[in-house]
Amino acid sequence: MAHYDFATPVTEEQVRKLRVNDTVTLEGALYGIRDATQIHLFDKGRKTRFDLRGHAVLHTAPNVKKVEKSITCPAGYAPVCIGTTTSDRMERYTRPLMSQYGARIVIGKGGLREGSAAAFSELGGVYLAVVGGAAALETTWIEAIEDVDLDDLNPESLWKFRVKGFGPLLVSMDSRGGSLYTEVNRAARVKRAAALRSLGVKDR
Amino acid sequence: MKVDLKQVEEAAKTLYIRALKMLPPDIKEGFRQLDARETHATGKAILGTLIRNIQVAEDTDNLLCQDTGIPIYNVWIGKNVEVDGAALREAIRRGCARSTREYSFRSSIVHPVTRVNEQTSCGRNVPVIHFDFTDRADMLEIEMIPKGSGSENNSWLRMAVPADGVDAIKTFVVDCVLEAGGKTCPPTIVGVGVGGSADLCVHLSKIAATRPLGSRCEDPEGAKLEESLTRAVNQLGVGPQGLGGDATAFAVHVETAATHITMNPVAVNMQCHSARRARATFTPKGVTYGF
Repeated sequence: MAHYDFATPVTEEQVRKLRVNDTVTLEGALYGIRDATQIHLFDKGRKTRFDLRGHAVLHTAPNVKKVEKSITCPAGYAPVCIGTTTSDRMERYTRPLMSQYGARIVIGKGGLREGSAAAFSELGGVYLAVVGGAAALETTWIEAIEDVDLDDLNPESLWKFRVKGFGPLLVSMDSRGGSLYTEVNRAARVKRAAALRSLGVKDR
Repeated sequence: MKVDLKQVEEAAKTLYIRALKMLPPDIKEGFRQLDARETHATGKAILGTLIRNIQVAEDTDNLLCQDTGIPIYNVWIGKNVEVDGAALREAIRRGCARSTREYSFRSSIVHPVTRVNEQTSCGRNVPVIHFDFTDRADMLEIEMIPKGSGSENNSWLRMAVPADGVDAIKTFVVDCVLEAGGKTCPPTIVGVGVGGSADLCVHLSKIAATRPLGSRCEDPEGAKLEESLTRAVNQLGVGPQGLGGDATAFAVHVETAATHITMNPVAVNMQCHSARRARATFTPKGVTYGF
């Protein structure tokens, strides 16, 4: 269980070193994506001007305030509350995010499935867990909203955040097929029988 | 008592913002108890972060969670209260839209087909508004619940048959908790509806999921199920955020209704750990806010 401080973008070597239960703290650019962002990018054929190669994407749709563009708010948005959403809904976009855009780190909550685990193994990627629902805290790790693309999808635009001390995040899926979610789920299913017995449920 | 609709509109706005920022004391106490009992290292660390987040939200006057949820307003009208029902509904809608625009928090509501977001937290039939009545005199109460989608997306109904018995209810609840894993942002309040018609059963599960911790089902049979199911789901080891641990659920809450001789329905709706609620009580003396 090692801790790593990464400045983004990262290399394949860096993410391949990570193992389940390691922790990572990020600094630099971080891209916010959501259901609609990826539906438009991958199902509707739209493109982004952002270069995501080696970068980290966060499953989010932030609360923001429209403001005058300035040095501190270069995109004309001030962060209000930025947190993380459930990743599972966006499972099928992990592979194209990596193969078409070169993303290496997916940050979310609740975990992803086998398809993503395979993409992480084949293409060199990793899933980092944020503590979901701790958005007030997460917002304090965001320095600025630097840029925004596909903003007609607001709040599900493609956001470019600048972050500092973003973490610690837990490596919960690594590039060797390791997944804490699979481990916990497997163990929980073993305990199911005992739980049902304690409830007096008869085996029929 | 005559209800001032300007006051209702203002309260509908204030309630949404208040609910997003401040967790009710029963949920904070629930966190304290789960944290004291947690034996798993990852689970313990996550509970620590969640408890810290509650403090950060209060210290920075920020929202607890980014998900502003699907807005639900529950209204109770007391005896001797004079109010135009249709105008009351409109006042709540206006207040809901104003909270989103004036505070500038995220409108999470879109049309179900076009997916267009009006940026007002409102749309067709949303906010969800339920009206009910109470015996208390000279009083109108509004409860606001921003229901997070991570937990709402994990909602289930099973129309079991009488031959399946109560075992079907118990098994279904355990299997829903397993299926939800970390997606519902555990620790959760697992709301269970037992009986009724299909729609009533689902509605009961929502009432159960959003009830304060420490409250019990008024039906003794439901209360018994609450106790045994709370113990059972916390044996599974799903843990905070589905990453392992003891604290899978704050509690299992059950609500019951009579059902048909041929039916045995059970529904599960979960409330995430950000179990937000806010309440405004209108009396002839004015408005007071609570949980």
